[in-house]
Amino acid sequence: MKALLQRDLRLALRAGGGFGLALAFFLIVVVLVPFSVGPETDLLSTIAPGVLWLGALLACLLSLDRLLALDFEDGTLDLLVTAPLPLEAALSVKALAHWVTTGLPLVLAAPVLGLMLNVPGGGYFWLVISLALGTPALSVIGTFGAALTVGIKRGGLLLSLLVLPLYVPTLIFGAEAARRGAAGLEASTPLLLLAGITLACVACMPFASAAVLRMGLK
Amino acid sequence: MEMRVSDLSLARGGMPVLTGVSFRVSSGAALILRGPNGAGKTTLLRTLAGLQAPLTGEIIGTEDQIAYAGHADGLKAMLSVTENLIFWAEVFGHSDISRALQAYALEPLADRLAGTLSAGQKRRLGLARLLVTGRPIWVLDEPTVSLDTDAVMQFADAVRAHLAGGGIALIATHIDLGIKADVLDITPFRATSTTRAGASDEAFL
Repeated sequence: MKALLQRDLRLALRAGGGFGLALAFFLIVVVLVPFSVGPETDLLSTIAPGVLWLGALLACLLSLDRLLALDFEDGTLDLLVTAPLPLEAALSVKALAHWVTTGLPLVLAAPVLGLMLNVPGGGYFWLVISLALGTPALSVIGTFGAALTVGIKRGGLLLSLLVLPLYVPTLIFGAEAARRGAAGLEASTPLLLLAGITLACVACMPFASAAVLRMGLK
Repeated sequence: MEMRVSDLSLARGGMPVLTGVSFRVSSGAALILRGPNGAGKTTLLRTLAGLQAPLTGEIIGTEDQIAYAGHADGLKAMLSVTENLIFWAEVFGHSDISRALQAYALEPLADRLAGTLSAGQKRRLGLARLLVTGRPIWVLDEPTVSLDTDAVMQFADAVRAHLAGGGIALIATHIDLGIKADVLDITPFRATSTTRAGASDEAFL
């Protein structure tokens, strides 16, 4: 398992690995928002948590189609299925590697971009904590979507259509926690629900992913 | 150790391709599969490797014993030869790759990125992967594609050494490897149209 994690991280960092792609996308989307809605600081600070969450979600989506498709094309998936490593564990590790290379940078970049959107002073903590709790679910659900569309040519768009509805609960509670935190309200309830969703996804989704992947490889 | 296959029926894409396949291979023996294109050699080998389920029949003695090498080598272009081999060795719980590098004369290429290798060199690396798995049953689908004669000799030597160590090899190939082996022609097992079609989920493929 450690070998797989190391390999995925190493591949992401090498040329063509796509590391930083999601981060750059997130950056551009958030930078474009003030241009499109205007520079009123009140309006920006109202919509900032939602914009940051939506941006993070779309950025995460961007790299999902590479998650399993590359391994499928070069035959690695076939060989991993025959390896002693349980497929559920292998997919969990791949989701973890995806989170480390896309989710984690987004979490770390969010406060900087929050500054551009005039997030109120007390909101940064809630923004970062909600993204940190929510983005692992995005990676794990995304792995399920990638497993579902593996082997389909041009499956990227289909993957987005399948995965985006599954992201709704995470988005609702994540953005709500960030919004309430920014407005100075009590935010622990949505945060706890968000954490619950993430934990449930991390616990259950790898089994679903492995099951659909086994079907897909037949 | 022995692997046994009895009364196996297989489908590809919902169409039955083979029916009634039975054979047994014991420790130290090799079995060469022959048959024209489309006869179902790949489907049979993928089923033995556990990548798809048979329609009927059973496969005994292969659980967690198989090292599979298909048409694709499972190599990452942006990793070096050594990194690729070490990854697979660690996945299978080993760490020594020197024997695999030596068997296929890969030492001079050890630090090259796999993406910069020629087709034959990639194949050699893909076959070297078998040696780092430590698995006793090799299931090989057209292993000699794009290999030159020297590399075919290296491959035949590796298979002989594997068999001498008590291993088993199942090889689908069209060329003569010079290995003492039983030959199984799968043409007679071709499924007729009356064979029951695949499981219900195949209807949606």
